[in-house]
Amino acid sequence: MAGTLKFSPDDRYNAFITTCREAPFGDGALGGTAIAVKDNISTAGIRTTCASRILESYVPPYDAHVVGLLRREGAAIVGKTNMDEFGMGTTTETSAFGPTRNPVDPERVPGGSSGGSAAAVAAGLVPMALGTDTGGSIRCPAAFCGIVGLKPTYGRVSRYGLIAYANSLEQIGPMARTVEDVSRLMSVIAKYDFHDSTMLDRPYDHRPTADIAGLRVGVPEEYFGEGVDPRVAETVRDAIGVLEGLGASTVPVSIPGMRHALAAYYVICTSEASSNLARFDGVRYGPAVDTRKTWHEAYQDLRQELFGKEVRRRIMLGTFALSAGYAGRYYAKAQVARRNIKEDFERAFREVDIIAGPTMPTVAFRLGEKTDPLSMYLSDILTVPANLAGVPAISVPCGRVDGLPVGFQLMGRQFEDERVVDAAFAYEQEVRR
Amino acid sequence: MKTIVGLEIHVQLATTTKLFCGCSTDYRDDEPNTHCCPICLGLPGALPRLNRKAVEYGLRVAKALDMEVPEDSEFARKNYFYPDLPKAYQVTQYDKPLAVAGTVEIEDDEGHEKIVRITRVHLEEDPGRLVHVAGGSKYSLVDYNRSGIPLLEIVTEPDMRSPQEARRFLNKLRTILEYLGVFDGDREGSLRVDANISLEGSQRVEVKNISSYKGVEKALTFEVTRQKNLLRRGQTVTRETRHFMEGRGITTSARSKEEEHDYRYFPEPDLRPLRVAEWVAAIDLPELPVARKNRFMQQYGISLNHARTLTGDPKLADFYEEVAGVDPVLAATWVSDTLLGELNYRDMSIAAVPPGRIAELLGLLRSETITDKAGVQVLREMLDACAAGKPCEMPAAIVKREGLGKATGGEFTPIVQAVIAANPQAVEDYRIGKKGALNFLVGQVMKETRGRADPRELGRIVSGCIETGGV
Repeated sequence: MAGTLKFSPDDRYNAFITTCREAPFGDGALGGTAIAVKDNISTAGIRTTCASRILESYVPPYDAHVVGLLRREGAAIVGKTNMDEFGMGTTTETSAFGPTRNPVDPERVPGGSSGGSAAAVAAGLVPMALGTDTGGSIRCPAAFCGIVGLKPTYGRVSRYGLIAYANSLEQIGPMARTVEDVSRLMSVIAKYDFHDSTMLDRPYDHRPTADIAGLRVGVPEEYFGEGVDPRVAETVRDAIGVLEGLGASTVPVSIPGMRHALAAYYVICTSEASSNLARFDGVRYGPAVDTRKTWHEAYQDLRQELFGKEVRRRIMLGTFALSAGYAGRYYAKAQVARRNIKEDFERAFREVDIIAGPTMPTVAFRLGEKTDPLSMYLSDILTVPANLAGVPAISVPCGRVDGLPVGFQLMGRQFEDERVVDAAFAYEQEVRR
Repeated sequence: MKTIVGLEIHVQLATTTKLFCGCSTDYRDDEPNTHCCPICLGLPGALPRLNRKAVEYGLRVAKALDMEVPEDSEFARKNYFYPDLPKAYQVTQYDKPLAVAGTVEIEDDEGHEKIVRITRVHLEEDPGRLVHVAGGSKYSLVDYNRSGIPLLEIVTEPDMRSPQEARRFLNKLRTILEYLGVFDGDREGSLRVDANISLEGSQRVEVKNISSYKGVEKALTFEVTRQKNLLRRGQTVTRETRHFMEGRGITTSARSKEEEHDYRYFPEPDLRPLRVAEWVAAIDLPELPVARKNRFMQQYGISLNHARTLTGDPKLADFYEEVAGVDPVLAATWVSDTLLGELNYRDMSIAAVPPGRIAELLGLLRSETITDKAGVQVLREMLDACAAGKPCEMPAAIVKREGLGKATGGEFTPIVQAVIAANPQAVEDYRIGKKGALNFLVGQVMKETRGRADPRELGRIVSGCIETGGV
């Protein structure tokens, strides 16, 4: 039943950077299903920009492993979605292709960095999309747009073909309107790939079940403390109550390492980014460099011109954090903080099966509302711990505050993505009835 | 004033594929940029996948140099911008190398055995290569065929005391690497050296990117002279990096600013830590040069010098063992003295010589079918044919065609008589006891017989003739 899917969406929210008017598809688990792919995932023959001017005309000669899997299962790849430039942002406002708007309220941001994928799903342009999550980039826009998004366990989905922002933190993951669809898409993309040495051969092949009787749910105080909008906290507590109603028990837990989570996260991700993005030097990417300049001058000018402000800020932060004389104070300490958080989670998961809390401390911001980078970074506080610990985390909608969606975040043990999916599914099925 | 030398050697490991991808490493005669893929081109999103063979080769070297392989080893990124570096970082090893603390035994300048300590060995990828277009072009070209070629960096302690020692160390190291089968010395750029040299009590100078053994000795010799001259004039040696200009045999100061790098090393997040200490036990080392040399002396009864020469190159040693046959001493003399000299003269490799033919030649010599002198002539004919890419004739056929078979007594009696008749003075001298006169007469006969006669046998015949007053 192979064919071509015609795709000409009314993209009023600027969810796409590139759309494929005629998308070929085949047979398989996703036969004929329109799927949008975040624009930092390589697609052979379809330009892949990372929402950056420096990759404006870059057309990869190869498919990311996950894209190959999508094609193999018959999916129609209908377009590449907008994002924060190289994934560096929480609102999709740093895109060189203009911000994406939140379909729930076009004056609001969709969250980021996978804001285009979330908006495309929320607006009904596609049933499913791929996002990537380095510090919350799937879960934040899922929460802000009122859809479901899963950040898989680190090492469960191949990163081959994902244009790296922070290699040790990021995963590709599924986004959809329902937990069931998220799980379906996860079943397709979580298959072993020898190209990715950080991956384990732990394929996801699971149909969600709503039976969570006896599930022990940990509730960390840190997820309901300072900086979290009390109304958001309240909504999430209600959602936890729903799980209790389904036979789960709750246990207070603590992640004391969270105090240093944001600092550690920003040191690690900017350090890795400073190295990953160094290759974009104008020799092979971007317009031809001015050959009258010396090569290092040409590099410098081109990178200054074609990288956005936030990207340049993070490259400089990371370069500084890795510099001789400072690496011990920043990069090495961040690794210690990361280990502490990992151990906090391990300790907590000896007593509980799932950890629950809000995905984001607030609902979606207004466009242009967050102007200083620090307050923007602070909003990642509840999502980055799962990336630092490498554990699976899902965001599922759990009601509204001021008419805007709130995300309910469920985190599990490493390689227990199935369990977080089941818990989210149980919640979703219960509140839908 | 003591000279202190330490070396960093980059060895190209002879794997069939690159360090982090499946591209072939044998690009010698191929067009630029034909041995590339998303990984070695550093395309966005591509990930490295470690070549197991390269790790095994590295461990083989570690075991042969008696090194310690730590439980935990790790790859790191060395970040710097350069147009030939596709990812703008090199995947290498930094504070957790593959192996540490080894030794290599060499001879010092007095011929005594000494130990050069090996600090560490680690794996890393080669960058691409810039090709500068002739004629003042505004651009340079980049060839990524070399990008991702596996290198083993071997770092020594500053244990060498002269340029000659450094060269002997390199020769020794090369022999070991060739024995281990991890290195193909014939490949261009397969071994590159950075040398650190100082005079005792003075600053250290690093000479970078020397691409031959001779170059190392030359560069270091130049540096010793330069540094001594500076000190003699009351100046000081500046701690710096210098480049070796191979063509002119001199070193020049690298502009120091360009060399001031902060590489911002950090662990490569795309690769897992390397836990390979337990692989070492399973590695079967081949017989190494020292052991083989000792065995050659014992098993074949050949001299230390011959054994040393023959085992200096595993291919030569293998060749020798194939032709040693029934007369290993004769074979050792012929292979290490005659054959090697003829090969060097022709700039030929031992690989081009069919051992079977040499064994046949040795058979003719042993059975005294031909003389040594005729043997050399036959050998030259064979090598000339090999060098020209022609099939190598059987030595017996050459002997027959050229009429080089050893002449027997009766065959040259008339010549002997003629020579005796023509040199009455020499005959007289011999009769009164001047031994040299006999050699002269034999030489005259040899000339007439074009080397086909055995000089010892001739001597007997000539003296017999004189004593009996003819045959």
